[in-house]
Amino acid sequence: MSKSTLLTCLLGAGIALALLATVMVHGGDFAGAGVVIAIAAWLVLWLACSIWSGVPQNAGGWFGRIRDVGIMLTFGITLIFLWEILCIGFGVPAVLLPAPSLIGARVASSYPLIAGDFVQTVIRAAIPGWAIGSLAGFLTALLCDRCDFLRRGLLPIGNLVSALPMIGLAPILVMWFGFDWQSKAAMVVVMTFFPMLVNTIAGLGEAGAIERDLMRSYGASWSETLLALRLPAAMPMIFNALKINSTLALIGAIVAEFFGTPLVGLGFRISTEVGRMALDTVWACIAVAAVTGSAFYGVLVLAERRVTFWHPSIRQRTQ
Amino acid sequence: MTTNANASRRTSHIRTRLMAGSLGPVTVVSFVLLIIWYSACLPMNSGLPNLENVTGLADRYLAAWNLERPVLPAPHQIIEDIYRTTIATPLLRETADGTVLNARNLLYHAWITLTATLVGFAIGVSLGIALAIAIVNIASLRLSLMPWIVASQTIPILAIAPIIIVALGSIGITGLLPKSIISAYLSFFPVTIGMVKGFNSPDLLQLNLMQTYSASRTVTFTKLRWPAATQMLFASLKVSISISLVGAIVGELPTGAQAGIGSRLLSGSYYGQTVQIWSALVLAAALAAILVAIIGAAERATQRAMGVKPEGYAP
Amino acid sequence: MTSIPAVEIQDLSLTFESAEGPVYALSKVDLAVKQGEFISFIGPSGCGKTTLLRVIADLEKPTSGSIKVNGVSPEEARLGRQYGYVFQAPALYPWRTAERNVMLPLEVFGYPKSEHQRRAKKYLSMVNLSGFEKKFPWQLSGGMQQRVSIARALAFEPALLLMDEPFGALDEIVRDRLNEQLLKLWAETRKTVIFVTHSIPEAVFLSTRIVVMSPRPGRIIDIVDCDLGSNRTLDIRETPKFLEIAHRVREGLRAGHSYDD
Repeated sequence: MSKSTLLTCLLGAGIALALLATVMVHGGDFAGAGVVIAIAAWLVLWLACSIWSGVPQNAGGWFGRIRDVGIMLTFGITLIFLWEILCIGFGVPAVLLPAPSLIGARVASSYPLIAGDFVQTVIRAAIPGWAIGSLAGFLTALLCDRCDFLRRGLLPIGNLVSALPMIGLAPILVMWFGFDWQSKAAMVVVMTFFPMLVNTIAGLGEAGAIERDLMRSYGASWSETLLALRLPAAMPMIFNALKINSTLALIGAIVAEFFGTPLVGLGFRISTEVGRMALDTVWACIAVAAVTGSAFYGVLVLAERRVTFWHPSIRQRTQ
Repeated sequence: MTTNANASRRTSHIRTRLMAGSLGPVTVVSFVLLIIWYSACLPMNSGLPNLENVTGLADRYLAAWNLERPVLPAPHQIIEDIYRTTIATPLLRETADGTVLNARNLLYHAWITLTATLVGFAIGVSLGIALAIAIVNIASLRLSLMPWIVASQTIPILAIAPIIIVALGSIGITGLLPKSIISAYLSFFPVTIGMVKGFNSPDLLQLNLMQTYSASRTVTFTKLRWPAATQMLFASLKVSISISLVGAIVGELPTGAQAGIGSRLLSGSYYGQTVQIWSALVLAAALAAILVAIIGAAERATQRAMGVKPEGYAP
Repeated sequence: MTSIPAVEIQDLSLTFESAEGPVYALSKVDLAVKQGEFISFIGPSGCGKTTLLRVIADLEKPTSGSIKVNGVSPEEARLGRQYGYVFQAPALYPWRTAERNVMLPLEVFGYPKSEHQRRAKKYLSMVNLSGFEKKFPWQLSGGMQQRVSIARALAFEPALLLMDEPFGALDEIVRDRLNEQLLKLWAETRKTVIFVTHSIPEAVFLSTRIVVMSPRPGRIIDIVDCDLGSNRTLDIRETPKFLEIAHRVREGLRAGHSYDD
C-alpha cells in the first residue's frame, strides 16, 4: 500500500471517528463506546501525523506538497477535538473551560457586540498605534545612523527599556490621553517604538563590509548608500520587528483596556465578562483576538516573502 | 611642543576616551531626556487648579514641580515618594500573628511580585527547555507542535490572564500560584523557540564529526547541542524573565489584588495618586533591570568559562 | 599618449594602531605605474598588498608619504569615479539580478536610463554571460558571480581597474579560463590594471610588471619586468622565459619572507 493511500485512509478514518465520538459525547454517551472511539480517533490521527512527518517536503503527490500545512492542521484539529470531548465528556463546568462548540456558538450569537469591540481595539487602537510606533522607531533609527553619538547613547537605553514592563504605563497614558482609543493607541506606540528602533539599527549594520566599500568606491553619499544597499539589506530585521510589533500591538491595546475604557473594546469585554463569570464570551473574544493576531502576522509574513525573497531563510522554503 | 598644547591634548584625549565608548553618550542622552522631562512638567500640568493663581514662569515651574496630584510628576517627586515608601517606612511590623512584612512598604509589594515572577520563570524555563528537547528529538513534534507554538505567539496571551485567575480562583487556587502560571505561560514560549534554534545551530560538519564517533543521540546532545545552545539560552532567558515580570504584574490586575506592584498600579489609578503609579512603575523597571543584569552576569561568567571570545578583542 | 602616471606613490607609509601596539602595514613604498600597464602586487598574506590597493582606492588613508592617482589625490579620484574596484568576493547585491547588479554604478552615477540596459548587456556579454542577465546571484556559480562583478566594474568604463585577488576563491580550471578572458579584455580595452594575487603563475601570466612585496613592515622587495609580449596563451606557462621570471619572483618572495611570523 503506497504512502499516499495509507495517509488518506488514516486521515479519513481519524476524522470520521472523531466526528462520531463528538456526536456520541454530545448525545450524552461518554461511557464505554464513546471513550473507546475517542481514543481510537486520537491514536489514528497521531499515527497519521507521525507517518506524514517521515515524508520529505515536496515529494510527489498531494500529501508532499501540503505536508507542513497539513500536519499542522491535523494536529490542530486533533487538539480541538480532544478539547471538545474532554470538556463535554467530563462535564467540565462552562464557567471554568467552555468547549469549542460553545465558544463558536457564542461568537455567532454575540456577533454585533464583538464586532464593535473589534473595531474599537483593533481598527482604532492597535493598527494605528503599530503603524505610528514602528514608523517613529524607524525614523529615530535613521537619525541614530546619521549621528553615531546618538546611536551609542540611545541604543543601550533602548535595550534597557525593551526589557521593562511597559504595560505599567497604561494607567498613566489613560490619565494623559483619556479613556478612549487614543490612550490605547499611545500604549501601542510606546510598546512598538523600541523593538523597531533596536531592530532597525541592527538591520542597518547588516550590509557587509565589502558591499559598503563598493559604495564608497563609487563616491556614493550616505543617502545613496542607504537606499541602494543598507535599507534592502536591513529588510529582514525590519520585518522581524514588524512581526514582533504586531503581537505587541494587540497585547498592548487589549491590556491597556483593563485600566479603563468607554464600555467597548475586546479588553474591556474580557475584563467585565470575567467579572460576570461568562467565560464563553471571554473565550469568544480571545478567539477573535487570536484569529486577528494570526491574520495580521500572516499578512506580514506574506509581505516579508515578497520583499526579502533573496534572503537564504526565505529561499530555502522554495527550493 | 608647549605645555599648553600638551595639556589640551591630554584633556581632549580624555574626552575622546569618555565619549568613545557608551558611557559618555548614554549619560549625555539621559541628561537631555531628564531636561526634556522637567521642561514638560509645566505644559502637562497646566490644567491643574493649583497652578491657576500662580504667575511668572519661574514660579509656575516651581509649582508645577511640586504638585500633589500632578498629571506628570517631576523626577524628584518620584524619587522622594520611592524613598518615603521604602527606606523611610519600616519593613517589618508587629501584629497579633507575629512579625510580618509591612504592607505600607513598597518593597513588600515588589517582593510579592518578584516571588511570583521567579516561580513562574523557573516553571516556564524548565517547561520550555523540556519542550525544546522533545521537539528537536522527535520529528513529528517538530512539524505538528512547533508551528502551533510559533502561531500562538501571535495570540495576545495576556488577554487570557483574567481567565486563568478567575478559573483557578473558582476552584480555590489564589495568591502566588495563578500569577506564576501566567508568568510560566508567557515565559516558556521564548525559551522554547530560542532553544530549538540553539539546539539546531551546530553546523553539518560538527554533527558529522559526532557521527564518525558513533556517538549516541544523548551524547551528541550533551556534548554538542547543549553547549552550542548557550548563547541562545541566555538571550531567551533575558526575554523570558522580563516577560515573566509583566505576567506577574498583569496577573494582579483582573481581580484587584491587594498586594504586588500591579495592585499599586491599580490603586494609584483608582484613587488618582499619580505619583504612586510612577513609583510603582519605576520600581518595576528597576526590578526588571536588576533581573536582566543578573542573567547578563551569569552569561558573562559562563562565556568566560567556555572560552568565548570577549567583545572588542582583536584577532 | 598621455604621460601622467596612472599611479604615483612616494615614500608611503601606513601604520595601524591596534590593541597590541602599532602595526606597520606599509613602510616607505615608492612606485610609479604607467598608463596601460598590467601590474601585479604579489606577496605572502599580511604583506600589505591589499592595503596598498585600498590606499590607491582611498578606502584607507596613509599615515605619511604622498600618492597621486591619475594626477589627483585618491579621494578626488574616488569622487570622480575614475576607477573600478573588484573585491575578493563578488559582493553582488542578492536582491538584484545580474543585469541590475551591473547597472548599480550607472544608477549611482546618474547615467541616463537608456544607457543602463545597453551597457549592462554589452559588458555581460564581454565576460561571456549573455543570457544570464535575469538570473539572481544565488542562481550563478562562484566563477559566474565573479564575472558579473568584473562586468560591474567595467560598466562605467573607468581608465583604472583595481582587482583584489578576484579569482582567489575559485578552482584552478575556472581560474585559468578567467585569466585568459581577463587578458583578452585588457587587450581590447587597454585599461591600466592593478592586480593583487598570491599566485606566482597567475602574476607572471597576466602582468607586464610584477611588484614583489614582503610582510610587515610591508615594503617592495623587487619589481620584475615581465615582457612576455602580448597575445599570450596558457601554453606560455611552460616556456623557459616564463619559468625564469617566475623563479626570480619566487626568489624575491623567499628573501622577504621571514618564517618566524
